[in-house]
Amino acid sequence: MNAIILSAVWGVILMFSGILTKEKSTIRMVAILGLILLLVSNHLDLTGIHFFNIDTHKMLYFDTFGLLANSIVFGSTLLYVLLSGRDMEKVGVNLAEYFSLIFFVLCGTALVTTYNTLLLLFLGIEIISIPLYILTGADKRNLKSNEASLKYFLMGAFSTGLMLLGIAFLYGASQNGSFFIDELAIGRAGLSPLFIAGLLLLLVSMAFKVSVAPFHFWTPDVYDGAPTVFTSFMATVVKAAIFIGFIRLFDEAFGESKAQWQLFIALLTAATLFVGNLTAVFQQSVKRMLAYSSIAQAGFMLLAVLAGNGLAKEGILLYIAAYCLATIGIFAILIKMKDYTFEGFNGLAKHQPLLAATCTIFLLSLAGIPLTAGFFAKYYMLSAVMATGKFFWLVIFAVLCAAVSVYYYFRVIQAMYFKEGEGQDPAPGPVFKGLLVAVAVLILFLGVFPQWLIDKLYTLVYLW
Amino acid sequence: MIPVLLIVIPLVSGLLGFFIKSGNGARTWSLVSSLLTLVLSLIGLSLLRTSPYLHADVEWLPGLGSRFSVGLDGMGQIVSLLTAVSFPMIFIATWRTEYKKAGNFYALMLLSQAGLMGVFVATDALLFYFFWELALIPVYFLCSLWGGEKRIQATFKFFIYTFTGSLLMLVGIIWLHNYTPDHSFSLASFYKLRSIISGQDQVWLFWLFFIAFAIKMPVWPFHTWQPDTYEQAPTAVTMVLSGIMVKMGLFGVIRWLAPVLPIGTWAWGDTASALCIIGMIYASLIAIRQDDLKRLVAYSSIAHIGLMCLAIFATNQTGMQGVMIQMFNHGINIIGMWIVVDLIERQFHTRKISELGGLAQKAPVLAILLVVIALANVALPLTNAFIGEFLLFSGVYTSIATKYNVVFTVVAGLSIILSAVYTLNMIQRVFYGDTNRLTEKGTDIRLNEKFVLAVIVVLILVVGVYPKPVLDLTRATVETIIAKMNYKL
Repeated sequence: MNAIILSAVWGVILMFSGILTKEKSTIRMVAILGLILLLVSNHLDLTGIHFFNIDTHKMLYFDTFGLLANSIVFGSTLLYVLLSGRDMEKVGVNLAEYFSLIFFVLCGTALVTTYNTLLLLFLGIEIISIPLYILTGADKRNLKSNEASLKYFLMGAFSTGLMLLGIAFLYGASQNGSFFIDELAIGRAGLSPLFIAGLLLLLVSMAFKVSVAPFHFWTPDVYDGAPTVFTSFMATVVKAAIFIGFIRLFDEAFGESKAQWQLFIALLTAATLFVGNLTAVFQQSVKRMLAYSSIAQAGFMLLAVLAGNGLAKEGILLYIAAYCLATIGIFAILIKMKDYTFEGFNGLAKHQPLLAATCTIFLLSLAGIPLTAGFFAKYYMLSAVMATGKFFWLVIFAVLCAAVSVYYYFRVIQAMYFKEGEGQDPAPGPVFKGLLVAVAVLILFLGVFPQWLIDKLYTLVYLW
Repeated sequence: MIPVLLIVIPLVSGLLGFFIKSGNGARTWSLVSSLLTLVLSLIGLSLLRTSPYLHADVEWLPGLGSRFSVGLDGMGQIVSLLTAVSFPMIFIATWRTEYKKAGNFYALMLLSQAGLMGVFVATDALLFYFFWELALIPVYFLCSLWGGEKRIQATFKFFIYTFTGSLLMLVGIIWLHNYTPDHSFSLASFYKLRSIISGQDQVWLFWLFFIAFAIKMPVWPFHTWQPDTYEQAPTAVTMVLSGIMVKMGLFGVIRWLAPVLPIGTWAWGDTASALCIIGMIYASLIAIRQDDLKRLVAYSSIAHIGLMCLAIFATNQTGMQGVMIQMFNHGINIIGMWIVVDLIERQFHTRKISELGGLAQKAPVLAILLVVIALANVALPLTNAFIGEFLLFSGVYTSIATKYNVVFTVVAGLSIILSAVYTLNMIQRVFYGDTNRLTEKGTDIRLNEKFVLAVIVVLILVVGVYPKPVLDLTRATVETIIAKMNYKL
């Protein structure tokens, strides 16, 4: 509860801070302070210290899973603002507004990770989406940014409509008219066509939000068109939070009707892995490659939704942490570059050895090489599906796709280390470099002791 | 304790090596580190099998059921000894090669040693997988940064190949892990699975593992990365790849595949053996036609490894003992071959057999040492490989696991004849005959090279005449593995 209220309030504070001060660094500091407060208050929530005790009539359900996901989301955002906050100034003049929109998004993510009724899921998704439409179009004079924003808005609005329709169907299908997800699960005695239709509509709209093939067509254009700083935020934090909502929905509301949707999700997963990985291979721009890689990674995360067991819930937390850390790191480096093509990375190792080394660790983590967090993330996903005893073909397909992913991730490594280039000389400051090293170390640490994160799921208990 | 140190010493010295700027400093540093590892490995050999210092077991991932558990049995001893012996030899033999950014080169070499050691001592499947990949990453960078002209494509192919194989193995490991009653990755609980897993599942699992190992060895038709990579890699790395890294595949089959999945192994052993034999003949025939020294040795390596893999599936004491001793021998011999190739290339800047000739007149010491190594490559009596290959062949011939033992022996035996053809032909054309314009300026080898080659020759002859200590070392391991492989439902 702490985080939901604090993030909303801080968003408003930041909005007005734009009137009070024109000093950019002050605004950034306020935002950073807000994120630290969010992180701390969320952690206090986890350990049983609540600032607000509001009776939500069980519309929100706080458990360690949701709150821990919050911590990862807020931590990643903090890291993102620290690494790329300065680059937001280059997008436009409304710095305070950008930050306040980011805080509103965080408020939405906090709802999506802890909702207990479909209504709040809907609210959360909308609170996330609307600020994102604006952020995508933040580069007002850029045609591509405008196009991306419009495309995102139209497609997003359509999927929202589908979601509402699905929720209405489910409401109708439930025995005594309820939006609560745990009651949906109980009220499945007779699986009515209405229920299945509602389920599928919700599945499609959630799949759209996390860019699952074949609902992914907006992703590359939007990610490519949006200002790169905001692409980084959308592709990591937002996607991670919605995935938590996704897995909650299918675990708690539809967990007992697995037979109805498992094969469908399995096929979606296979399609996503295939499309994401195969298309990423042919990209010429690193930014677009990362957009497709985010689709490919979504395919892997979808394995957790498919499995829906304890391992999957543990694993998805590790996965979003690993994925956010690595992708935010790569984007932070990418933002500093002038040339986004693979050739732009040529010879980076010579001019900026530290940047190249950390970037390599991020890429290895995304590829899932042992000793990085990405390995255990993938390991958990595969393990979770194997534990269900079904979908062996999908596991084999997933690892083959992971092998394909090595191709495009390593192209960047090859460019940095083995090719000669002029070097664009991004010349980042020591703080930036220090942070990158810290992220890399964290990835390596999680790659050896993933339990450090996962154990928190059990050692921290949310006390009412 | 000893196995942990075998990993930690190269790992730590490798990480520190990145900070050494001077070439000579890095060289000395890595030599000292690798000698220290060698000493430790020898201490490990001198300890009794029951010694507590040969094992270590610490909590690592309690939630997943994986432990940091390492141990040295007879087989672990012999391959880790090979690793420990090889690295100092490689460092000394290539002492004069100048690398740009030498600090990084030697650091990565040491890191790959740490990975290899980890593979050979791990007794926990997840840990094994960890090191399996870790050995690969430094080699990838070594080849891509310091290799030949077409290094980037060649190495990338190598990386994708092995990574695909390892991922399939990971699926296999997870599958086995799900079967274990105590949710563990330990070798001991994997060994208990053979009565639990159905034959059909064992077949699937067999291929998941075998493809990973076959790519590493490599066995035909998974070998296509190998000649290119060997050719393009810097020679020091080629030595690591061919001398030690290919043993990872054999080692994996013996430790993690055959005893864990005896039914799968039995069911598909003939097919795997057939692949090995096709590879042996195919590689030998190609080797005869090679004009490039590096490619010749690369193909001959495929043939030798194929024979070892074949003997594993023979499932008897003799054959398995042959594999054990031959793993060591092949490592030593092929490093010797590479050293000679490297010497020739550095002196004459060519590897083309057709451009060389008459070297024996100019470099008599080299010629004598090479002839011994080459004879070992052909497996002549008195050399170490004779012992190994004799055991391998008699193992295959007396095998009762297959109906085709006679066919296998006869066809595989052809490869010995073929190996004599290409090896002796190479020696004749490179070392004997008349000198030409290129080779008449040739000089003999220097002290450090003499030393390493002499050590190799001594090892070849000693093991060839008195192999008993080596065979005694691995006997107990072989017995337990064969007993597990002979399990029938």
